[in-house]
Amino acid sequence: MKAVFTKTKGLTDTPFHYCPGCTHGVIHRLTAEVLVEMDLLERAIGVAPVGCTGFCENYFACDMVGAAHGRAIAVATGVKRARPGSFVFSLQGDGDGAAIGLAETISAAVRGEKITSIFVNNAIYGMTGGQMSPTTLVGQKTSTSPYGRDRDATGQPLDLPLLVSQVEGAAYVASVSVESPKEIIATKKALRKAFAIQEAGLGYSFVSILSTCPTTWGMTPVEALAWLKTAMKPRFRMGELKAPTAKEVEQ
Amino acid sequence: MAGMIKVNAEICKGCGLCIDACPQEILAIGDQANARGYFPVKAVQPEKCAGCSFCALICPDMALEIYRREEEQVR
Amino acid sequence: MKALMKGNEAIAEAALQAGCRLFFGYPITPSTEIPEYMARKMKTVGGSYLQAESEVAAINMAYGAAAAGERVMTATSSPGFSLMQEGISYIFAAELPVVIVDVMRHGPGLGGLGATQADYFQLTKGGGHGDYHPLVLAPSTVTEMVELTYEAFDLADYYRNPVILALEGISGQMMEPVEFPLYEAKKLPPKTWAATGIGHKPKVNIGSYTLSNEVGEAHNLHWEKKIEQIRASEQRFDEYLMEDAEYAFVAFGISGRIAESAVDLLRAEGIRLGLFRPISLWPFPVAGLDKRRNQIKGWLSVELSAGQMVEDVRLAVKGSAPVQFFGRQGGMTPEPEEVARVFKSLFADGGKRG
Repeated sequence: MKAVFTKTKGLTDTPFHYCPGCTHGVIHRLTAEVLVEMDLLERAIGVAPVGCTGFCENYFACDMVGAAHGRAIAVATGVKRARPGSFVFSLQGDGDGAAIGLAETISAAVRGEKITSIFVNNAIYGMTGGQMSPTTLVGQKTSTSPYGRDRDATGQPLDLPLLVSQVEGAAYVASVSVESPKEIIATKKALRKAFAIQEAGLGYSFVSILSTCPTTWGMTPVEALAWLKTAMKPRFRMGELKAPTAKEVEQ
Repeated sequence: MAGMIKVNAEICKGCGLCIDACPQEILAIGDQANARGYFPVKAVQPEKCAGCSFCALICPDMALEIYRREEEQVR
Repeated sequence: MKALMKGNEAIAEAALQAGCRLFFGYPITPSTEIPEYMARKMKTVGGSYLQAESEVAAINMAYGAAAAGERVMTATSSPGFSLMQEGISYIFAAELPVVIVDVMRHGPGLGGLGATQADYFQLTKGGGHGDYHPLVLAPSTVTEMVELTYEAFDLADYYRNPVILALEGISGQMMEPVEFPLYEAKKLPPKTWAATGIGHKPKVNIGSYTLSNEVGEAHNLHWEKKIEQIRASEQRFDEYLMEDAEYAFVAFGISGRIAESAVDLLRAEGIRLGLFRPISLWPFPVAGLDKRRNQIKGWLSVELSAGQMVEDVRLAVKGSAPVQFFGRQGGMTPEPEEVARVFKSLFADGGKRG
């Protein structure tokens, strides 16, 4: 028997603390696998946010820096400017990157900061127990939108990758999801392209990944995958929203 | 059986994503709780496994390892 | 090299000479000459200047650069300094060496561009959350700004702690002839703790959260030991005519210079005044002041605030003599004559008949 799927050495042996069925784990795996497959692990410096992913520093085998809530991209900027030869990626949830850290996200894109931001969108604040976030859907019930998100009072979900893709300095923007093996494979491809854009110094790369939160959505893990597909995906522009032309990539 | 699923029972949280993803319904929740109180999955129809790795791809905790038998050398 | 330079620019030049190759900032009067100088000069030394989208972003960029093991500085002024407080608390808890310059302008609120020392509490009692202390150094001349900038980088690296240079808007804008002594790097241990990639060293995590209270307390006790060590060994102050003084002003920065002139005025009237000038605002120079306690019959804390450092003076004097306060606010600065007059009104006997 030949092993065809084993744990990547981009992750440590520390078991994940995430809730059963939470797809943060899948995204960590993909990120770590691509770091290893692209031979980036030794030069990689990851920046962890505050949120469910805030405890991921012990999961990645590479060096990790923990940032204040909303500031992962600013911290990543500082790391990259201090060590331009390193490979720098930031991890954030939707609250971290689209609410408190929105200015940091857009400003990094404006600068064409040569880092890669992985934006995990599960339309809710998970760690704090399920509050409304900028990407919560209209009508979606959370602990701070108990009657369902009210468009008049709190507007509509922010499609952050779409916004980022409008900014000149954003060289690669992809909006993907992890609700099935097929999508998981597509997400890995997007991460690979984003990492390659950073390595080629073409500018800012941003990968938004729709993810689930069974616990605070109040669903089973399998139901959560279905809800992601049927309720969330129609609300956000999916696919490669911005990519350099083949010519640009060659230069 | 061409493939085999190896479950790390201590890591698995019994979330059920792999059960849903497996095209052959090979996996099911086991009846033995692990140290953390989760009920890890078990291959209940292992013989049907072709080693496609769908279960491992969707597992959020890397609790599954997939093996495939080497193709017999055609003599 | 000898030059006529603004305080702000001398600080920036001193930082470059001390090997600082990263600066993240945001424009705010009266500190903007520092980022402007860095924007001009960083390129010439192969360094990197970046203007952030806010002071919140700037301090966190500095956090990142320090986490990656490089010397880094940021500079701001009181309202921007307020925005940096969370970041400074994080920098302390992650034990990162960052040098921060606070060129104080009066507040609260938008306030104005005039000089102030009313950031004292925020500087020395911790403007952010949790028990922490940046080292705070207060220069009063452009020459001292250069020396303290050199020291700030060494102290930051040595203690892996934020170090703040605090000066008034006037001091930052003031031009004085200044020399730049050769910066001799102290022998400091290599930054093996920094996040530089696992290619050449074991994995490191830089951060500050703890999920268990036991670990949380252990961290706090570790930091407490560091704070005690800094408190014991980094108290800095200067004295003017304190040897035979009967009364003493306590004043730092620009107030120290004004108080020095007031000492001369009062000495001319036969009143034996001295000046005790704290250079480290934190740790407050308690030891130096303690040596004078039995000798001084009355202390006057002269500040550009509603009275903040006076509390630390009272703590240090321990009731052995009266401690009075005189301050100007809103950007106003007192004339030496005014300080002398106020001293005589507050200490009625004025020591004349002493």
